[in-house]
Amino acid sequence: MAVLKDATAIVGIGQTPFAKRLPESERALACRAILAALDDAGIAPDEVDALASYTMEETDEVEVAKALGLGDLTFFSKVGYGGGGSCATVAHLAAAIATGQATVGVAWRSRKRGSGPRPWKNTAVQLPTPAQWTRPYGLLRPADEIAMLARRHMHEYGTTRDHLFNVALACRNRANQNPAAIMYERPLTREMYMNSRWISEPLCLFDNCLETDGALACVVVSAERARDCRRTPVYVHSAAQGLPAQHHGMVNYWNDDPLTGPAWTAARHLWKHADLTPDDIDVAQIYDAFTALIPLSLEGYGFCARGEGGAFTEGGALETGGRLPLNTSGGGLSEAYVHGFNLITEGVRQLRGTSTAQVPGAATCLVTAGEGVPTSALLLRN
Amino acid sequence: MLTPVVDDDGAPFWEYAARGELRIQACADCGELRFPPRPCCPHCRSFATEWRRVAGRGRVWSYVRPHPPLLPDYAEQAPYHVVLVELTDAPRIRLVGNLVSGPDARLDSVPAERIRIGARVQVVFTSTGLPQWVLERP
Ligand SMILES: [Zn+2]
Repeated sequence: MAVLKDATAIVGIGQTPFAKRLPESERALACRAILAALDDAGIAPDEVDALASYTMEETDEVEVAKALGLGDLTFFSKVGYGGGGSCATVAHLAAAIATGQATVGVAWRSRKRGSGPRPWKNTAVQLPTPAQWTRPYGLLRPADEIAMLARRHMHEYGTTRDHLFNVALACRNRANQNPAAIMYERPLTREMYMNSRWISEPLCLFDNCLETDGALACVVVSAERARDCRRTPVYVHSAAQGLPAQHHGMVNYWNDDPLTGPAWTAARHLWKHADLTPDDIDVAQIYDAFTALIPLSLEGYGFCARGEGGAFTEGGALETGGRLPLNTSGGGLSEAYVHGFNLITEGVRQLRGTSTAQVPGAATCLVTAGEGVPTSALLLRN
Repeated sequence: MLTPVVDDDGAPFWEYAARGELRIQACADCGELRFPPRPCCPHCRSFATEWRRVAGRGRVWSYVRPHPPLLPDYAEQAPYHVVLVELTDAPRIRLVGNLVSGPDARLDSVPAERIRIGARVQVVFTSTGLPQWVLERP
């Protein structure tokens, strides 16, 4: 793994506006985000020779390369499992560049979830065969599937709704500092949280991420090339994917220990190949499709012991100035839900020193992809 | 309501359930149970399988109460209980189901205050062959 450690860097980030509804197509949004990221990096589109995105990305490499006038591509990759794929798109590019398969890589995600159809409303997509064990009983939406683990975590460890509120509040407070966030200037209070409607008990409205239209992209090059780019390089220090033994996506109920999910597997590899430990992390961008994923991830990535993920959130630990400032652009809960790609770009901004909720002197950032599904993670440093 | 879309591996489970039997796939060589069903034993890699009848008793491992927005058939009965039941005679084999007052009862037929993690439950079968769960001590 010495070949990957700090061998590549993110040198450009770009995004479209985020909104419940954007008029342009996903393809157009993807093109805008990629061009913005290349412009940020100061790299011409025809120098791009690698692309990576999610299997759920409907704007494919052929369309992107053709529309943007990219050069010959020598590497392209797609990562599965929805939000679990975010960090792995960067990791795949880093690996390709570090091993000489390409020189300039772009990762992106474009999604019209805000104005598009809600997946759970489409009966046909409710019925793939793996769902035969869950969906007939009305376990229909991701919120229902994750709420099952959240309830068990509460039962075993005394995790409370106040702990989940701490997560929602930290994300909302940071979004209130970020003019690009959907929840900018929309504060959250404990009363609003506790009185909000249930989605799937024990998860309420504010435990759920936003539904957003938008696109984001980032540019990855070798560390050597990065030194000549226009921006401070943000190095890919370590990267990992995680699909634990006997895992079952979203409903990780059938292994020995359902509360140790994919985060634990990714974390072991991530730290093993890093010069850093959890104590060295200045700021974290942790995948937050649901607040309940944060305690599970804090445990999985080793910021606290098993069962202490809820208690970790107490005393402002996730706020600016706290033990682990979290999701400093507002995250999926309050900035935008674009399958976690905004967590990557915010990690880059923190290490450039340009976040709207800047952690002073931030030099290291953990970014994670979706917990509860086969996942991925990045350790970024400057 | 959604009905199970069955694959080759899962079909025997549903065929037994339609006859009122709860059976779990087991390895015919090493004997280990596995769920969900799959073609190969993850313990010894044997492809020889059998379907072992289990007692149909368990405990609630966790549960959720979905509220709308939901598919219309489910919204009409919401909030209801979806339970994850750990089988008494097969630790780590857990089945998703509903806690109901009896076979073919509505999904919301058990009051919220009656459910707790650890509660003992017994399997019942709907007329369409779906395993469901009732409290041992209602
Ligand atoms: Zn076997």
